[in-house]
Amino acid sequence: MSSKSKLSTGWYFKMAWRDARKSKGRLLLFISSITLGIAALVAINSFSSNLKEDINGQSKELLGADLELSSNDSIFNYAFLDTLSYSVSYENSFASMIYFPKNQESRLVDIRSLGGEFPYYGKIETEPIAAESTFRDGNKKALVDQSVMIQYDVNVGDTIRIGLVDFIVEGALLSTPSQSLGATLVAPAVYIPMKFQAETGLVQKGSRVNYSRFYKFDDLPEDFDIDARIRKDRDSLRLQSIRTETVAERREETGDTFDDLADFLNLVAFVALLLGCVGVASAVYIYMKEKIKTVAILRCMGAKGIDAFLIFLIQMSTVGFLGSLIGALIGVFVQRVLPVIFQNFLPVDVSLSISWPAIFGGVLTGLIISVLFALAPLLSVRKASPLITLRSNESNISLSKDRALWTVYIAIFIFIVSFAFVQIGDLKDSLYFTLAVIIAFAFLGFVAKVFMWLVRKYFPHNASYVWRQGLANLYRPNNQTLVLIASIGLGTALITTLYFIQTLLINQVEITTDDDRPNLMVFDIQTYQKDDVAALARENDLPVLQQVPVVTMRIESINGLTLEKVVNDSTLEMRTSPFRREWRVTYRDSLIESETLAKGSLTEPDSIQQSQEYSFVSIEDDYARRNNMELGDTIVWNVQGFPISTILGSTREIDWERLQTNFLALFPTGVLEQAPQFHVLITRVPDKETGALFQREVVKRFPSVSVIDVGLILDTLDDILDKIAFVIRFMALFSISTGLLVLISSVILSKFQRIRESVLLRTMGGSKKQILLINGLEYFCLGSMASLSGILLAMAGSWGLAFYSFDSTFVPSPIPIIVVFISITTITILIGLANSRSILSKPPLEVLRNEI
Amino acid sequence: MTHPILEVENLSKTYTNAHRDLTVLSEISFQLFEGEKFSIVGSSGSGKTTLLGLCAGLDNPSTGSVKLNGINFNGLDEDQRASVRNENVGFVFQNFQLLPTLTALENVMVPLELRGESKANKRALDLLDRVGLADRHDHYPTQLSGGEQQRISIARAFSNRPKILFADEPTGNLDEETSNKIEELIFTLNKELGTTLVMVTHDLELAKKTDRILRLKGGKIIDEQNLKAIINEQ
Repeated sequence: MSSKSKLSTGWYFKMAWRDARKSKGRLLLFISSITLGIAALVAINSFSSNLKEDINGQSKELLGADLELSSNDSIFNYAFLDTLSYSVSYENSFASMIYFPKNQESRLVDIRSLGGEFPYYGKIETEPIAAESTFRDGNKKALVDQSVMIQYDVNVGDTIRIGLVDFIVEGALLSTPSQSLGATLVAPAVYIPMKFQAETGLVQKGSRVNYSRFYKFDDLPEDFDIDARIRKDRDSLRLQSIRTETVAERREETGDTFDDLADFLNLVAFVALLLGCVGVASAVYIYMKEKIKTVAILRCMGAKGIDAFLIFLIQMSTVGFLGSLIGALIGVFVQRVLPVIFQNFLPVDVSLSISWPAIFGGVLTGLIISVLFALAPLLSVRKASPLITLRSNESNISLSKDRALWTVYIAIFIFIVSFAFVQIGDLKDSLYFTLAVIIAFAFLGFVAKVFMWLVRKYFPHNASYVWRQGLANLYRPNNQTLVLIASIGLGTALITTLYFIQTLLINQVEITTDDDRPNLMVFDIQTYQKDDVAALARENDLPVLQQVPVVTMRIESINGLTLEKVVNDSTLEMRTSPFRREWRVTYRDSLIESETLAKGSLTEPDSIQQSQEYSFVSIEDDYARRNNMELGDTIVWNVQGFPISTILGSTREIDWERLQTNFLALFPTGVLEQAPQFHVLITRVPDKETGALFQREVVKRFPSVSVIDVGLILDTLDDILDKIAFVIRFMALFSISTGLLVLISSVILSKFQRIRESVLLRTMGGSKKQILLINGLEYFCLGSMASLSGILLAMAGSWGLAFYSFDSTFVPSPIPIIVVFISITTITILIGLANSRSILSKPPLEVLRNEI
Repeated sequence: MTHPILEVENLSKTYTNAHRDLTVLSEISFQLFEGEKFSIVGSSGSGKTTLLGLCAGLDNPSTGSVKLNGINFNGLDEDQRASVRNENVGFVFQNFQLLPTLTALENVMVPLELRGESKANKRALDLLDRVGLADRHDHYPTQLSGGEQQRISIARAFSNRPKILFADEPTGNLDEETSNKIEELIFTLNKELGTTLVMVTHDLELAKKTDRILRLKGGKIIDEQNLKAIINEQ
């Protein structure tokens, strides 16, 4: 007997359309599940694509020049450049306090003394616009970071004092090439003309200054590859400790940073999509349960299993395609909002062109998701028995041994892993992510099953009819317990995790402002000023919590190997970074609160014989490990020209999160006392006013001394975090909205499970109140179990993320948990009851006729 | 009446439930020839509907065999059986079983479309006209009365010119007047098209209008009457 189909493709489409006509509402819910996820995906990908193009198109503006060379020494030379024709600008940057005579306040800033026409590409954006050029007119004029001007109520035309010189504020600095958000956190930029740098008296021998030169090449051949040339000269540049940055490097760095941002955003979109997937699967599951009878009738008339399957597959694919298309359209509109949302973080002006690959990718993803997640419930259609037409109790179909079902599950697994991999770029993390989703589903399934078992086992047989009916609905045939707990639970889990992590990140920062921790750091104190600064602190009733000496030095050799040898001998497995670093070290004979000894001994190493010629030094454990430094290694340091030989006697672990003077290298006492050094004093100010008063006096009496006010940094950080939190919340909106839509669609779809029963109860004389109470009780149980399970999952997930990713401790606060629990449960009950009301307000027969 | 259209041999059906075997049909055998009208009667639970389902290839027997138009259902998979049904079988159900999302016309067209017939629309309209519902062709099942739905169901059952029509309590859900009209329609179309009729019914008066009556009790044949032969003898 031939089972070859005589049916044309057109017939399948015709049947799919015929069937869909009366189910538009339900299919709309199916569409809504994926629409927002796709919208987020398309918006983010379009935005990223535009951003990438703009970064490429404006890459010279990112650096402001063709090449930047920088060093901590004022004199350096790159001989190759002598063969080229170029223009050059100079920028010396150093941290210093500025003083605002207008309100007698002061603040640590990054002074950039500028000589030349920099930037050659792009511009320093100022308010007024002309200030960018007029501040270079030869007078004592400065450009001050806009946030500082707002913070200290400084206006254009006001005077600021830098060191010994008064400058007129010519304009507010809005943005500069190469300026990052983080850089402005501690020390916002202030530009002054270079010719007044010396007059300020701030740059002296031993001052920490970064000397940059910006080059613009004239008549460079088009095919000349500056990056290749730099690579070729890398070793000699390293030997001179010259840092380089080319346009291509800057472009890559900026691109990488924003790739990370895009990856994060895509993951948020992926969460929305996953929620959508849950929506799709549960919607199709309930939908197909109702369609089984239709399939049975078709099979009686001679339709094959595959015919029925294809009809609904076409239906779901078409609906998925439409949903994705609508999502993509919404995404194009959302894309226009993203530059506004991200305006504080963008390095370039982002254009708003339509990215067809993003739209195509989004629609394709939506289509794949719709089909993949619809397939599992759809497969049951193939096995629907025609006998259902005669006996409805034949409608339970078991697919547990169906190979196709397992193939679909594997395909879903591969899809999630692949999609996560595309977003995260790490296979292991993608697998963890997918496993976490699977575990979450398994947990929710387990909760649902146990819940049903418990209700059945401890059923209150003597309770009133309403209670018995409401509770029995949870486990009777056609119950919606598993589907609703899984979909609402996962939605709750994802949304709550997002919230918990956001709170965790913000709390992590706020912790540092609490209790009696130090919050003001005075540095660049010369040895002769040390006691006076400490006395000044005490005069102001401020405790001197720490006062430590700092000596600047470099490493000359490790185990006899110098930088030159390491650079020239490629067989040596040694990194050059310890040689190129300018080390700031301190000396003492004991550990402080933030340190713990990891290996060896601080003063009397077990394994090393103490020697007269060698002092003992301690390096941070992690740094020593990364650079293959081991106990017993001999390290020769260069302290302002004087060699000091040491042995690595111990390694220490350091808690960098504490505001203390932490040092990578620690010397014992008796070695560095006579070396050129400066001192740091750490104190705690009780309030902003006292802090401002103390800073003012410090700057007045010791102009070369700088102060870091942690409270001020935290204020700025808070501001930045607020901006980041806004972005996170905006993106989370997609997940939350999708979660709500899935919740609504799950509950609305479940209405069809209960509709006949409600109508029957109504027909038998059940009052509106009784039916509402029965349904309300069922939805309360489902909503509360689902939200509770979701919250538990979120807590477990947040704990894991806090522990493994953020190196922090997750402490759940009860109020948000209670709010989430009550909100989700209430929404579930309200939507459930809203559905019931629509049934109860119409005559039973009308309801039955309409709801097919 | 030379060619048996339905051959049932030693048909049994046993369900295993909770470690217990429940035999609902036991050792049923009979043959039906082209154009015959056959009814299966018996009380509730006697196995009538199970027998109908097995004869139409909707279910698998535990033992025995069913041949429909010479094709043995045993050994055919579900899709092959569906193909046999599409070629040979029409159905009329007690609760009509129209596709709720399709109009009256589309419901009648489906079996024809499944056969790949090109003039499905015209034939379906003709049949609707034949059952007196041509003017209701664009109505959905929920917009029709029970009698009208059953007429649509009959039009659908005859649409693919079946060799055998299975009717499961075709008047069971209808009032007497409507039942009479439905009976008349089934028998008339059956005669016109030369279809073999297998009908499950409680209604002995209706059963008496068929040629042969098979009485079932507890899943076994207790009696088979060949009314036509009796009438012929008389």
